[in-house]
Amino acid sequence: MTVNRREFLKLAGIGGVVFASGLGKTASAAYGTGAAAEDFYFVQLSDCHWGFEGPPNPDAKVTLRKAVTAANSLEEQPDFIVFTGDLTHTTDDPKERRKRMAQFRDIVADLKVKTVHFMPGEHDASLDRGEAFQEFFGKTHYTFDHKGVHFIVLDNVSDPRAMIGEEQLKWLAADLAQLPKDANIVVFTHRPLFDLYPQWDWATRDGARAVGLLMPYSNVTVFYGHIHQEHHHMTGHIAHHAAKSLIFPLPAPGSQPKRTPLPWDAAHPYKGLGYRSVDAEVDKHEYDITELPVEKG
Amino acid sequence: MKRNTRGLKIIAVAVFLGLGGVAAHVAAQPGQQVIRIVAKKFDYTPNQITLKKGVPVVLELSSADVLMGFNAPDLHVRADIVPGQVTRVRIVPDKTGTFAFFCDIFCGSGHENMTGTINVIE
Repeated sequence: MTVNRREFLKLAGIGGVVFASGLGKTASAAYGTGAAAEDFYFVQLSDCHWGFEGPPNPDAKVTLRKAVTAANSLEEQPDFIVFTGDLTHTTDDPKERRKRMAQFRDIVADLKVKTVHFMPGEHDASLDRGEAFQEFFGKTHYTFDHKGVHFIVLDNVSDPRAMIGEEQLKWLAADLAQLPKDANIVVFTHRPLFDLYPQWDWATRDGARAVGLLMPYSNVTVFYGHIHQEHHHMTGHIAHHAAKSLIFPLPAPGSQPKRTPLPWDAAHPYKGLGYRSVDAEVDKHEYDITELPVEKG
Repeated sequence: MKRNTRGLKIIAVAVFLGLGGVAAHVAAQPGQQVIRIVAKKFDYTPNQITLKKGVPVVLELSSADVLMGFNAPDLHVRADIVPGQVTRVRIVPDKTGTFAFFCDIFCGSGHENMTGTINVIE
């Protein structure tokens, strides 16, 4: 019997939650690259905040490296890895910012998987409108196609007002206009595109406009970061999945007066941190999310 | 509407209506309560304000360093705080409770801690 990765995860009891992003229609597979739909999986890492120092993570200098080691130890390597922003922790010093980005780039260069997609978080890009980020990692918004899925990377952080902005929204509309309404679309972004908890600034000021543009498409799923915890939400038929952080966890929305980091638990280092694998069942428009720890055990 | 008063610019009018209160970017009326709030990296002074339900007040917002934001979503109030300018926001709270405000324009390491509360009493 042949057991694929998805079946293995289910048999092993460590499979994640399956989210059907659409209405069960069959997507038009041939667009963009013309590649046929084919199941695959990718890994999402988020909110590494390289350069952060403080009690919420006394192990900050090694956490990212441990995550790289963990990802490299996955028995079957993913097709690609995506970092959904806040690669580095912010600094007012442009020289220090670039130093942190260079160090981050060098650490993640040890990933076995060489197809890695980056996007900025506000800590990377909001103080210089993405200038340093672009020097190291390229464009802050772009698209790519992979095995029948159209991926859209949206930048909602280079504008320090947490806005996508008119120009990028026009670009998004033009990109979507080329796609059939049943195309498989995955959006990567940093901040939530919906008002998750505006009282903690967990929103994108013009995110509703992006969601509005995506709404006519029946198979859309959004993966993001920013809130340093797993979170799942639906806006209509569009699923939004927030990832854990690789520096410190934040409290559940509104669960305490301030969005201060949850304290480091010396008895359980890395508790609340992690990354995830996402198995894409392209024909079914399903994304099977498995949350993975920084360290096993 | 834009005019100069005592050498300070008043920010353009924008009216927000919502369940939590009524707010507008306006000049203070004679006799109206005014609360001055200064934003600087990474706090507001004062950061705790007490208002009375139904009583109009004008918040005079200024920045001591960089561009900041002021956002109290439960009261439907938000404004940019531009260095060198005073932003006046009129608010009439129509519900009691404790409501958060925060900076919603990223301003550096410590931005996330730049918060305060508005306590609305009867």
